[in-house]
Amino acid sequence: MTVTTDLASYEDALATYDPVMGLEVHVELGTKTKMFCGCSTELGADANSQTCPVCLGLPGSLPVVNAIGVESAVKIGLALHCEIAEWCRFARKNYFYPDMPKNFQTSQYDEPIAFNGYLDVQLEDGEVFRVEIERAHMEEDTGKSTHVGGATGRIHGASHSLLDYNRAGIPLIEIVTKPIEGAGQRAPEVAKAYVAELRELIKALGVSEARMEMGQMRCDVNLSLRPHGTETFGTRSETKNVNSLRSVERAARYEIQRHAAVLSSGGTIVQETRHFHEEDGSTTAGRIKDNAEDYRYFPEPDLVPVAPAREWVEELRKGLPELPRVRRNRLREEWGVSEHDMQSILNAGAVDLIAATIEEGADAASARKWWMGELARSANESGRALDELAITPSQVARVTALVAAGDLNDKLARQVIDGVLKGEGDPDTVVEKRGLKVVSDEGALTAAVDEAIAANAAIADKIRSGKVAAAGALVGAVMKATRGQADAARVKELILQKLGVEG
Amino acid sequence: MTDMTDMTDSKSEIIRLTAAEIAAKIASGELTAVEVTEAHLARIEAVDEKVHAFLHVDREGALAQARAVDEKRASGEKLGPLAGVPLALKDIFTTMNMPTTVGSKILEGWVPPYDATLTKKLKDADVVILGKTNMDEFAMGSSTENSAYGPTGNPWDLTRIPGGSGGGSSASLASFEAPLAIGTDTGGSIRQPAAVTGTVGVKPTYGGVSRYGMVAFSSSLDQGGPCARTVLDAALLHEAIAGHDPMDSTSIDAPVPPVVEAARNGSVQGMRVGVVKQFRGEHYQAGVMQRFDESVELLKELGAQIVELDCPSFDLALSAYYLIAPSECSSNLARFDAMRYGLRVGDDGSKSAEDVTALTREAGFGDEVKRRIILGTYALSSGYYDAYYGSAQKVRTLITQDFEKAFEQVDVVVSPTTPTTAFPIGERADDPMAMYLADLCTIPTNLAGNAAMSLPCGLAPEDGLPVGLQIIAPAMKDDRLYRVGAAVEAAFVEKWGHPLLEEAPSL
Repeated sequence: MTVTTDLASYEDALATYDPVMGLEVHVELGTKTKMFCGCSTELGADANSQTCPVCLGLPGSLPVVNAIGVESAVKIGLALHCEIAEWCRFARKNYFYPDMPKNFQTSQYDEPIAFNGYLDVQLEDGEVFRVEIERAHMEEDTGKSTHVGGATGRIHGASHSLLDYNRAGIPLIEIVTKPIEGAGQRAPEVAKAYVAELRELIKALGVSEARMEMGQMRCDVNLSLRPHGTETFGTRSETKNVNSLRSVERAARYEIQRHAAVLSSGGTIVQETRHFHEEDGSTTAGRIKDNAEDYRYFPEPDLVPVAPAREWVEELRKGLPELPRVRRNRLREEWGVSEHDMQSILNAGAVDLIAATIEEGADAASARKWWMGELARSANESGRALDELAITPSQVARVTALVAAGDLNDKLARQVIDGVLKGEGDPDTVVEKRGLKVVSDEGALTAAVDEAIAANAAIADKIRSGKVAAAGALVGAVMKATRGQADAARVKELILQKLGVEG
Repeated sequence: MTDMTDMTDSKSEIIRLTAAEIAAKIASGELTAVEVTEAHLARIEAVDEKVHAFLHVDREGALAQARAVDEKRASGEKLGPLAGVPLALKDIFTTMNMPTTVGSKILEGWVPPYDATLTKKLKDADVVILGKTNMDEFAMGSSTENSAYGPTGNPWDLTRIPGGSGGGSSASLASFEAPLAIGTDTGGSIRQPAAVTGTVGVKPTYGGVSRYGMVAFSSSLDQGGPCARTVLDAALLHEAIAGHDPMDSTSIDAPVPPVVEAARNGSVQGMRVGVVKQFRGEHYQAGVMQRFDESVELLKELGAQIVELDCPSFDLALSAYYLIAPSECSSNLARFDAMRYGLRVGDDGSKSAEDVTALTREAGFGDEVKRRIILGTYALSSGYYDAYYGSAQKVRTLITQDFEKAFEQVDVVVSPTTPTTAFPIGERADDPMAMYLADLCTIPTNLAGNAAMSLPCGLAPEDGLPVGLQIIAPAMKDDRLYRVGAAVEAAFVEKWGHPLLEEAPSL
């Protein structure tokens, strides 16, 4: 494609315009069964193996609401400070698409289960921005189409399509914000922070793993610009399926620049969906959305209304976990880290892992050091999330304990972790198998120290004359000689002792 | 059975027995279930070419079920109240061992991978399912002429309609092909066919019988129910198919009303019976009103107190129905898109899925179905929703309120079931409005969700064709239908000297 899109510079765009955003997030719930039938929601099964007359929409079949799905929706609503409807109905959203078995999606329309809430999100510099929530409603996912024979996997140019209905009927919660105004140049950051915070919240509630890379959480970014000082919203674009935190930020930024270029040159924004491209962070035009699009919503007659009892709602409210932002602030203070460092920990998905490691006995600094250092690097290299690594917080805690006891130094500890990640067993087994114990045999160490002093007479003299800092070079030599298996602190002690210098 | 009896005679006797009698004779060993099934299969073979009540006859399946009943009896197992009784199943309920077409080309040859809850209940009750009966396509119609598989004749006069949409079920009863049948009633599809064939049909309270596995036309109105030749038989069948089903959220979680007990103890003594003034007027045939008025007199003689009622919203029922039912159907029938099951037209490898769907729906749906899909799609469109679907729902509320007020004053309401007797096949085929009028008296009950029965109240003097009396009861008071129905039936049979169907011509 050689379509070139004019972009204004970000600074110029913000100098003239004020961005208004709306974020729509779909969360796949982690229920065992689908929203309206008893089929499994397990990922990775053979195509169409997790289907039944209900989720295939066979003639005569009828839906029955998944009670856990409703409970999850109420929990999410409560955590977002929403009002919970006393009585609400499902509605049919009618449109034809082959991956939707009934050719209508069972959703909610003007009677969402939760509405009028907010989520406070913390930006990188610690500023708190309140995002108002319009509604959270229940619906079902569609099946999955795979377009075969085309170049890009899109339907255009494909020779045929394959349909997998395993996903059809998996419960979704759609969370829609009110227009986000006043974020100014921070709009893209707010968008990213909102999605990140929402993901943490969903995970904390235990209603979904909310893995964006697996499509368990999907975001649409609606964006429009208006000239500074005006009230009326401009025409918006809807960038669909932006599926990583970074992409959310990039998509918002790109659309601000694109809209500004169009508007500044006297053009008009077309109300349309946009596809986001990970490779270069751009968006391209999708389907035009004019007002002719009509889903012919009406109340789902096959389902009775949902009327969450007040006592039950209050019970759920009482059972809510500490909200992620509150918890994070608490942990930040307990761990003694800066806002900025906490943000990095959050972005790395390490908050829970570090907390769990500390709970297993590690000190905060060590737990953070391993997860944000060695392990983050390993995850990055293998393209996985931290919690997908083959190591548990308790194993990390064990490594830190071995280091604290002087049985391992940092270098050896890294090798132990490497062994655990490679599936060689738990830390103690790896230490055993790879023979990674610190050399604590004083005789062997003393010999190595003597050797190092003899081989580096000049340095030894420097140390004798009071330049204690020079001892590092001798420590290095000893470590090399012992293949790293010595306790560096002890080595330094011995060197200084031998040379008659107080440490 | 004695060896003096000629086989043909015994068979013709068997098919005239009621379901209750058949069950008793099988239980006592006087008849075997296989004999009963064979007699009915023979009858179907003899007359169904003329009547065309069945779309599919499951000879082998029926005989296997019958043999199982006989084996159960032989091994000393206790048999249920309808064990071994044959039944004709409307082709709208899914059946794993038989095709389910809903009278439509779009589902021609489709054999469902699951049994409807009702189908399961029938099998569990050891009812012998003879086959699937003809119907207006997707239950849309009042004559069975809208079936994609050709019309069904009325056994009283084969050139006339047997009612609809359940014309196959009513005709199978009136032609003695089966003593029991299942129908579904969205706007009158059980009661109107019962009325024009001189049989009994009951629309239970909405939610009384599971809809799981019943192909949907209009979800908020559809209700399966029993069809029979006597009130007691209908009650026995009602009890077998009713009850809460966890697979149907709209099914009522409460005990089934005591319908059999009521049918065995018919009485109207001291009951207050309402007559609604809106159920009469220009659209009503004189002979129908004559028989209806006589029925009201009879109720008085039997000890009922007659109360005149005014239900003004009933005049709006037909209009509201023809917005709600098409709206729901436009959505319910969207799934027939050639992707997963049923007909597929134009799939030559060059066309898009969208084109194949369009071509399939064009070829697979009949005119009446298309008419209602278009009407419903329009009524639900944004900008029209409030004026059409929204207003219709308000009318529905008003009708429900009129019924509530009525039932503060009376125990049951009575009316003619349908304004006219059976009309000739073809007469209203090109006039949808005239066709829709057939459901004038039955539709308010569907909109309100309460229960109603039609039973024979005589022949219209001008054409000698059956007239139906409708009895309407409040929701979950289905037993009142049977208490009143049994009393009226007994009085009429006494008056006529025999059941009305004995006056039907032999086929």
